[in-house]
This record gives sequence, C-alpha cells and structure tokens, in this order.
Amino acid sequence: MEQERKLQKGSAPKGVSRRDFMKFCTMVSATMGLAPSFAPKIAEALASGPRPPVVYLHFAECTGCTEAVLRSSYPWIDELLLETISVDYHETIMAAAGHSVEEVLHQTVKKYEGKFICVVEGGIPTAENGIYGMIGGKTMLEIAKEVCPKSLAVLCIGSCSSFGGVQAAAPNPTGAKGVSDALGDVLKVPVVNIPGCPPNPINFVGTVVNYLLFGKLPDLDDKKRPLFAYGKTVHDQCPRRSHFENGEFVKEWGSKEAQMGYCLYEMGCKGPETYNNCPLVKFNDGTSWPVEAGHPCIGCSEPNFWDAMSPFYQKL
Amino acid sequence: MAQRIVVDPITRIEGHLRIEVEVANGKVTNAWSSSTLFRGLEIILKGRDPRDAWLFTQRACGVCTYVHGLASIRCVDHAVGVTIPDNARLIRNLLMGAQFLHDHIVHFYHLHALDWVDVVSALKADPVKASKIANDVSPAPKNGPGDFKAVQARLKKFVDSGQLGLFANGYWGHPAYKLPPEVNLIAAAHYLEALRQQARTARMHAIFGAKNPHLQSLVVGGVSCAADLNPDRISEFLYLWKETMDFVNNVYIPDLLAVAGFYKDWGSIGGTTNFLAYGEFPQSAKEPESLFFPRGAIFKRNLAKVENVDPAKITEHVKHSWYEGDGALNPAQGETKPKFSKLDTNGEYSWMKAPRYNGEPMEVGPLARVLVAYAKGHEPTKKAVDGVLKKLAIPKEALFSTLGRTAARAIETQIIGEAMEGWIMQLVENLKKGDTKTFEPYQMPDSAQGMGLNDVPRGALGHWIEIKEKKIANYQLVVPSTWNLGPRCAANKPGPVEEALIGTPVADPKRPVEILRTVHSFDPCIACGVHVIDPQSNQVYKFRVV
Repeated sequence: MEQERKLQKGSAPKGVSRRDFMKFCTMVSATMGLAPSFAPKIAEALASGPRPPVVYLHFAECTGCTEAVLRSSYPWIDELLLETISVDYHETIMAAAGHSVEEVLHQTVKKYEGKFICVVEGGIPTAENGIYGMIGGKTMLEIAKEVCPKSLAVLCIGSCSSFGGVQAAAPNPTGAKGVSDALGDVLKVPVVNIPGCPPNPINFVGTVVNYLLFGKLPDLDDKKRPLFAYGKTVHDQCPRRSHFENGEFVKEWGSKEAQMGYCLYEMGCKGPETYNNCPLVKFNDGTSWPVEAGHPCIGCSEPNFWDAMSPFYQKL
Repeated sequence: MAQRIVVDPITRIEGHLRIEVEVANGKVTNAWSSSTLFRGLEIILKGRDPRDAWLFTQRACGVCTYVHGLASIRCVDHAVGVTIPDNARLIRNLLMGAQFLHDHIVHFYHLHALDWVDVVSALKADPVKASKIANDVSPAPKNGPGDFKAVQARLKKFVDSGQLGLFANGYWGHPAYKLPPEVNLIAAAHYLEALRQQARTARMHAIFGAKNPHLQSLVVGGVSCAADLNPDRISEFLYLWKETMDFVNNVYIPDLLAVAGFYKDWGSIGGTTNFLAYGEFPQSAKEPESLFFPRGAIFKRNLAKVENVDPAKITEHVKHSWYEGDGALNPAQGETKPKFSKLDTNGEYSWMKAPRYNGEPMEVGPLARVLVAYAKGHEPTKKAVDGVLKKLAIPKEALFSTLGRTAARAIETQIIGEAMEGWIMQLVENLKKGDTKTFEPYQMPDSAQGMGLNDVPRGALGHWIEIKEKKIANYQLVVPSTWNLGPRCAANKPGPVEEALIGTPVADPKRPVEILRTVHSFDPCIACGVHVIDPQSNQVYKFRVV
C-alpha cells in the first residue's frame, strides 16, 4: 500500500496515465526477465530523485540509434528526457550550438566527474590519428579519450560504438573501431555494449532502468552485451521455428511459402547465429520485426556482421 | 569591420557540420560550409553482392532512413532490368510517404522550432489566452486552458529542477525571438506532443517494413512483406495514417502559419537562385512521366520555364574539397582521389564534393519540389501554395527564402499525406481482385550499369552502380545534402547554403541564432554527404579553428 501511494504521488509524469506508466514498467520487467512483481519497483526507481546526468556523444554514425531512442514508447521519449534522465549533451536534439554546447559538455563532465552516464553512438575513426572525424576542431578519438574515462560507465548504443559498425566493414577506410577497441587501456570504467543496427530502444532503456533499480549494470555476456536482451539466439525464440523443424522453407520472395510465413533459413536468415530478443519484444511498440516482414535476419547485433554475415542472401 | 564566426558543431541536424561566416555591419557577407566526418561507404561497397548494397547504403543515414535503401534497390532494379509488380510499387510509395510524414514533423518541431520558439518565454504565458489563440486556428483536441496549464507546470518543474538538459545554454531571451509568450507555450506544448506523434507515425514503417529506423523488407525485384498484405495490417496502417494526418492538418500546419505570421521578414532572407527536383512517387512503371511530384529544373527563379532534367548534366567538383585536382566528373564516371591540406576557406575546406547541374549550384528539397510542381501547374500544389501565401498575406517572391523553404516542407507534407490514401486504396483494390504479387524474378547480369533517381525528404538523391562479374565494381551516391551544403565549385560559385546565408542578419555574433535558422531550413543531413577515401593515403591533416 505504501508503495502504491508513492506511485500515485510521484510516478506518472504529467500527461501520462498511471496505467500507461505501469504498462511500460511491466514491459521493461518482461524484457529484463524479471518477475512481474518488480514492475512497481521499476516505477519507483524511475520517478524519484535528481535525474541521472547523461552525456550522449555522436561519432562516426548515422544517427539511427538516436532515432531509435526517440521511438521509445515505454516510457515515451518526452518522459525519458524531462522526468527520467537529464540529457545534458546530445547534438541531435539540444537547443544550443557551436561554442555554447562545447561549454555545456565541459561543464557537465567536470561537475559530474565519475557520476555521469556516457552514451556513445558511432564508431571512432582511428586511422591517421583520427582525422576522418572532427567536432569543434578536435578528433572524435580525442573527445572519446577525454570524456569516456571520466564517466561512471559507458553505454555503447548500436553496433558502431560496440564493434565499429558499417564504416569498419572491409576495407575499413577510416580505421573505425568500437569504443572498447579504440580506447583500450585508457578506459577503466565499465562498458556495456547494446548492439543492433539500430538496437531496440527497449534494450537501452532496460539497461538504464537496471542501473536505476539495482544501482548496478546488468549481467553481461563475453561481448559485454546484457544477458537479459542478448542471452538467446533469434532462431531459438523465432515464431517460425516450427517451420524450420518441419522443413517448411521459403525459396522465393513473394511465393506461396512467403505468404504463409515459412522459415527464411534458405533465403539467408542469420537468426541461428545471432543473439538478440527481436522476436520477443519486436520493434516500434511491438509492431513487427524483420522475419515477420518476410526478410531474413542479417545478424546486426553480432560483431563484424557486415563482413561476417554477408552476402546476406546466402544460406548459412 | 568584418568579423569571422565559426559555429562548430551545428546541432539539431544529422551528422557533423561546421559553418563559418563573415559578418560586417550586422549582416553575413560571406559563408563557408564544411563537412567534418568521413565514413567511406562507397569503397566498402566495392566487390560486394549488388543485392546487399541497399542494406549498407541505408546506413548512410538513420534520420532519412529508408531513402538510401530504396534509392539503392531502384538503382539495382534498373541495372538488372526488372519491372516490379504494382503491389511492390505501392508498398514502396507508402513507405516513402510515411518517411516524409515522419521526417518533416520531426524536422519542424525537434530540429527547427527552437530557432523560432523561446521555450523559457513560454513560462510567462497565460494558458487561458494561449488556449483562445490555439482554438481560433485549429480544432485540435488538446487546446484547452487546462492542457496548456499542465504543459507549463511540467516545463516549470523541469526548469526549477536546475537540470536543464537539452535546453541548457540555448539562446533564450535573444532579441531575434519574436513570438508572444502564449504562442511560445503553444509551440512548446506541440514540441512535446510531436515527440509522441513521431513515434506513432514511425509505426507505419514497421507495419510493411519490419522496423524503423532502418527498414528491412525491400528486395531487388519487389518487397519481402508478402505475408503482411492482409486486412489487419492495412487497417492498422490506415489508422496510423489518419492519426498522423489529423496532427498534420490540425497541429503542424496551424503552427507553421502561426509562427510564420510573426517572422514575415524571413520571407526575404535566405533565398537561393536555381532549383532541381528529380520527382517522386511513380504512379505506374513509367518514369518520369508518371511521377506524382514532377521532375524538373528551374534557373534564376524563373517559374515560367521548367527545364527537363538530363542526368548527363550532373557533375561533381572537387576544387574546394579535400580531393586531388580541380576537375568535374559525371557520377557515372566518378573518381575520388583524396588529398588533404588544411581547412582553408580560400582553398579546400570540406569532405563534400560540390555537385553542379549544367555548371550551376542547385537547391534541392521541399522548396525545389514545390516550386517545380507549382510551375508545372500540379493542382494540389498550386492550391496549397496559393492558400498559404494568401493566409500569410505574402507575395509569391517570398517563397525564395528561409521562410518559404520551411513553409514548403509543411505544404508538401500535407500534399503527400493526402495522396497516400489513394495508394492504400489501390492496394486494397488489387488484393480484392486477387492480385497478391509482390516480387518479379530476375537474373543477375554479369555486367550492367544502373541509376536510381529519387526525391526524398531532403531533396534529389541519385545512386549509380556499375556491376562487373556479378559484383559491385563502382558505386556512387550524389545526395541532397551535398547539393545544398557542398562547398564552392571550380568556378568558385558558392553552394546553396553558402549563398543563402549571405545577407542574414546577426544581432549578436556570440549567439548567432539567425544563422541556425537558415542552415536548419535546409534540414542538413551530413553523414551521407561524404565520399570515398583512399585507404593507402598516409597524409596527415589537422584542423585549425579560425
């Protein structure tokens, strides 16, 4: 009851029904593999205290991960920005520009040293001392070396900051690398990789919630990916799995078999070698995911998938 | 006394952009646009399976997601010589239409609005007055005094927390902000509402495209989503389309008119001279004849004459870019030999090349499309443009401006949105007749050349491919943001954004919000704008910020 009262008082931000808010918390619990009884605790964690400061850096990227986070619907992105976390630096959405934002970056890093969450989107060009990527006259490599080690933890959103991404595909003209790889020993703070091209925002939010709720980062696999999201293969969770077992395969786009939703293994699906929860949580508020749209999984949450998983339409 | 201002980074865009201007007597007298990130997608594509190209090129940009995917698929369709089935054409058009709806809403509210809207001033607004103003121009449901009071309280709580987040260090209180507090409050409320609407609008992509960003349902020869052509999915799409159009008609358009009404002086600032549109939304297999938005080129603002577009007249210049030589080549024969020096606004200063059409810089994007359609007598465009001009009581000439560019974006959002309903119904009719075809088989040729011309939210987008031994031998992209934001060419003619900035007033060089207005009106999207680099090069380049 005590908890119930607190929730009514503090949880649902203005304009959000408590029902919606609880729906989100249940969704996050489910994503994280927690019992439903954790939902109220998550709600509490998200609604209290000063908002944790977040510095969000953009390096060699396409901004698709930022766009993915903007699609967050549990909680809605406005709740995330106004009531849950304090996004103090984020080039895509912040009001200021030029030297005014550089100032914000320096002030935030100084004021919250060891306390801010550093989110990184994009690979880091390392060839020729990082000259292929510059912001405000500094290389991205310099900025990463300066900012990331001073954070509480680095959350690498997307396959680029996790593993280098599309610009790191052969022959990797700019020497692009993921954050762990590019910074090496300079980086002593914990790193969590949330790969995907882009990742499902629920997995990013789930990681943040995990931290707010338990005061620690989630358990990770050997590629630093949270186990709650990347613990099982796409193939093992695929709703078309029974077709695979029965030997019912799509062999041409648009065929009867495609219309009936048969297995896409023969068309090049990389689900058997890809760890992610796409079939479970789906994208855009549970609307669909690649296999449901009749397209093979391309393995986008695996390291080096642009080379390792291609040609994409070739059977594994 | 002339003064140089450097804005780096330009925020609220996709990618990494640096703008340098020279200001004298409170006005911009010269401008240089520099792209500062290089990714090298084109070289990465060499030697790969042409069918895979679209998955790579789509990652050129996650804001204009889908468009580089579709451009590549069309380019390879063309190279292999396949004509896609009608249903595939309709699905691709619907996904492109949804991209326009989503992209333009996000641009107006989240990337552009804060150049015109002072969020802090909204705290001083009277919510009752705000409600009256909003109700006068729109039947939208969330215009009650209580709604605005709640938004104001939410903003106040946010500001009082002392954690200003993304609003920190904004140019609040700058004399260039002209809206009364109540209009600022209305716009701030809609900024927040649009954050949710865009997430819902993006679900249209997921229905036939698996997910957004970065859709995954296209294939050379058609689309993969055969199982989604059913009544459930179509009605879900229709529902989200209707919800989005309610927002466009009752929130976006009224807000544009309300804000523009206070900034009519921007109807004579930020204009350019020449305009190019490839056209978009094929209504049949015949292109460009069947394009919903027509193809055409306009020179010297002469709306009386729209020229046909000949892709052979496209060249890319490198004199002021960090590449070897001073020459200019057609993208079908494009070559790229990087040569770094330093950022020198008299010499080389960008990773972007400078595209020219018949030797001229061309503005591309919403304003170019709307002008070409208007000049060609496209009925829905004529009606919408004349309506907006009349409501704002501004002359046709005011279209050639920052204000005109931002208005054209809203106008085409409405026009495309309305056309989408017809495309959904055509799909329904096909299915009713029993036509469920979504793919046309083809053979991958040993060697071939292909071209895909598209008009996407930010403007004219072309992909060129050369296939040899069934593999990609060469791949070139000439993208909207290089047209708009590229540097000077061999003839030293400034690019469109460089031209547009000249004459822009700057009240306070330390807080150049006026520069952001014109730059943002082009909706820059930079990640796709940079070309191939030679991996063998060992030359070192260092920036010096002026």
